[in-house]
Amino acid sequence: MFNKILLAADGSEHSLRATEKAIFLTQNNPAATIEIVYVVNSETSKSDVLRELDTDAITLKRHQKLVPTQEKLKQAKVDFKVTFIHGEPGPSIVKYANDGKYDVIVIGSRGLNGLQEFVLGGVSHKVAKRANCPVLIVK
Amino acid sequence: METLSFRESWFSNLKNDVLAGLVVALALIPEAIAFSIIAGVDPMVGLYSSFMIPILIAFVGGRPGMISAATGAMALLFITLVKDHGIEYLFAATILTGLFQILFGTLKLARHMKFIPRSVMVGFVNALAIMIFTSQFPYLFGQTWPSYAMTIGALVIIYGLPLLIKSIPSTLVAIVGITAIAMILDVKVPMIGDMGMITRSLPRFSIPNLPLTFGTFMIIAPYSFALALVGLTESLLTAAIVDDMTDTGSNKNKESQGQGISNIVVGFFGGMAGCAMIGQSVINVQAGGRGRLSTFTAGAFLIVLIMGLRDYVVQIPMAALVAVMIMVSIGTFDWQSLKTLRITPKSDAFVMIVTVLTVLTTHNLALGVLAGVVLSAVFFASKISKVHVEKRIEQDGLMKLYQISGQLFFVSVTDLINLFDFNNDNHDNIKEVEINFSNANFWDDSAVAAIDKIVFKYRQYDIKVNLSGLNEQSARLIDRLATHTDLNSGPSLH
Repeated sequence: MFNKILLAADGSEHSLRATEKAIFLTQNNPAATIEIVYVVNSETSKSDVLRELDTDAITLKRHQKLVPTQEKLKQAKVDFKVTFIHGEPGPSIVKYANDGKYDVIVIGSRGLNGLQEFVLGGVSHKVAKRANCPVLIVK
Repeated sequence: METLSFRESWFSNLKNDVLAGLVVALALIPEAIAFSIIAGVDPMVGLYSSFMIPILIAFVGGRPGMISAATGAMALLFITLVKDHGIEYLFAATILTGLFQILFGTLKLARHMKFIPRSVMVGFVNALAIMIFTSQFPYLFGQTWPSYAMTIGALVIIYGLPLLIKSIPSTLVAIVGITAIAMILDVKVPMIGDMGMITRSLPRFSIPNLPLTFGTFMIIAPYSFALALVGLTESLLTAAIVDDMTDTGSNKNKESQGQGISNIVVGFFGGMAGCAMIGQSVINVQAGGRGRLSTFTAGAFLIVLIMGLRDYVVQIPMAALVAVMIMVSIGTFDWQSLKTLRITPKSDAFVMIVTVLTVLTTHNLALGVLAGVVLSAVFFASKISKVHVEKRIEQDGLMKLYQISGQLFFVSVTDLINLFDFNNDNHDNIKEVEINFSNANFWDDSAVAAIDKIVFKYRQYDIKVNLSGLNEQSARLIDRLATHTDLNSGPSLH
């Protein structure tokens, strides 16, 4: 059974589909909990701070991006919490997952930006390669 | 967010801090040289700044892990001062900038950053990026084909290399690679050595050589004031970004004072005023730098490199440096603002564009910020000054009720007075008018004066006016300032 599920989310279509699959994994397992992890990279930091100097306002804005994800989890009555981590998406998720000893990582196959993905290689690909636990990549 | 303790901020991250510091030192060198050339001074001036400021700010700054050095924003402000008056005035202006910044820090001006609207901030950053870009035109255009080839080659390395290797700054590889090619092929292109002296000497203490008169002060004061504001704006913005990236807090007032202290010292040692750098700080944090040691290492290693590699540094082609500056300007520009330009409120977009245009025409970032702030204030005033009224006739046409809602102050009073139908009310045989303010707020004496006017006007037609629903603040203002309560003042009854 997967009890500790790490769900990498950025509010995109793909990450919403990943959310559904993460919920699927929790079915018939009342002990399962989901942790949503949202990575803030330096580019996001820069553009968010430029728009909202206030820390609380920035946090609120980021939470708003995850509202649809959280709605799905609430509807499914799954225990979850949200964590923001800072750094480059791929390595940050890997480090967070490996340090926290999660049972499985659920991640969308693509993020918000297709071009960056093409040039830099997918985050999901990096995570699948370097994480110590099973990774579910949702198409 | 928690702020690191002193010990933590120096020694809790030894290995990563030193490594990140080394990376930043390498990335600082081309920029320090390029910014000196923008300001119109010898490359040593910028290099001394980028050596001393990080070392000083490591001790006196309020944001561990942030990188401060010679910057484009400050260099751009120096252009006309150096051209008109010479380099000694640059040193003096640098010292005065530091004094202003210490004053701002002591007055705790950091919290007033909130008065700079976001759209002005975005305009500031975009204008800075465009200015850095256009400052490169003399070295970018009108060159020979080897120069163009070198610039393009350097850009390819700068943007291509990070896809393969991330640990070495790609700008450094571009500079080293292009310089090596130029040296091996012995191509004749403009080099850094042609732009001014690069020496192996350490900075020396000297008092700026200029007359200590009021006239001198009046020349440098406007520059220093602009430099102090721009320096603090960029430093506090950078501090907020580093706060967010590292999820830790920082002391903004200490940072303001620290910037001031470093600039004063730098001015006495032949450097130009600097401030925090967004790009370099991001490089530092990404390379693992978190503590004060990373900033210190960046400055210390930079001077070691210059001492050791001086003979190679002078041979760096300008074409390669231009490529680095193009990357700096692209990285500085807030591309998000172009993407969202259509969906942001028109007034915000307009403020952003006016800020950029003001900077580009005046070459002064401080004036751009000022224009943006004033314009935003005007927009805000006009937005908030909308006054609404609901009218109702009561008591079989004898009484008319005006229900006012909105903010009543000097901008909105003209609209307010125009809402009343003085003539019609007279013709309709209204005997009494009640003005209800339960959804309105009085802000200044103009608002009270407007009420006086309305009361007097009705009184001319023998219509009685009652004011109702005043909140406490509004009632107090009226009590203190209004004249209509005194029946003998104002236009006489007829």
